[in-house]
Amino acid sequence: MAIDVRIPTILRQYTGGAKSVPGTGDTIADLLADLDTRHPGLRGRLITESGDLHRFVNVYVNDEDVRFLGALDAKLNDGDSVTILPAVAGGAPAVTPGGTGR
Amino acid sequence: MLTIGRDLLDAIVAHARRDHPDEACGVVAGPAGADRPSRHIPMDNAARSMTFYEFDSMEQLRVWREMDDRDEEPVVVYHSHTATPAYPSRTDVAFAGEPGAHYLLISTRDPERTEVRSYRIVDGSVTEEPVRVLGEAVDSTAVTTYMFGQSPAAVDYECSATP
Repeated sequence: MAIDVRIPTILRQYTGGAKSVPGTGDTIADLLADLDTRHPGLRGRLITESGDLHRFVNVYVNDEDVRFLGALDAKLNDGDSVTILPAVAGGAPAVTPGGTGR
Repeated sequence: MLTIGRDLLDAIVAHARRDHPDEACGVVAGPAGADRPSRHIPMDNAARSMTFYEFDSMEQLRVWREMDDRDEEPVVVYHSHTATPAYPSRTDVAFAGEPGAHYLLISTRDPERTEVRSYRIVDGSVTEEPVRVLGEAVDSTAVTTYMFGQSPAAVDYECSATP
């Protein structure tokens, strides 16, 4: 069972710079646990303390966002391609009295 | 330092003005490793908010895949603040996931004067950098003035030879 996992730039420190690494698992949860055995610390960047997929990380199986496939319970098949992308997001600071807004 | 063409910068600012008062966001892609922004990709702000922006996850996948296919990378990641200055917020810094990109902030809080500042955000650390605009054309009819970070806030036209 071979899954190709695409790693975003910001997480390549865990894969020795590799853009993609192989993995295995029946679900995303299994896959991340498997990846963590060879790339310690990677899973911790994707899963929160309460065990959920981090809100601002996007994980895709082939062309679908896993949030629509059961998130960590999303099923994987041999030959699937999984892509991880950090969400691009941000917010304006609250306006403080005096209006500097920092 | 961010070096960017005047046309690209105008397009980014026009995008921010169009979406005001919602925050606008987008990317400028460029050839991988060249640090040269060349292809403007305005993105949809899926949050549609005046104080938050987020790329739609499927649009982001499409755009990132396209950049990969074309041997490009995101050189500039930009977004606008519509009521506050062009400084990155705590969330801007917390969610900066492209360590190689220039984070361009545009403030549209003033209807006539657009603030543009650029930053590197790596490992939670923010450093402002100068913006160098290429292809500066002199437009004597322009009413919008850009104020860049690193520019003096006041210009002394009566500067005398002796200090």
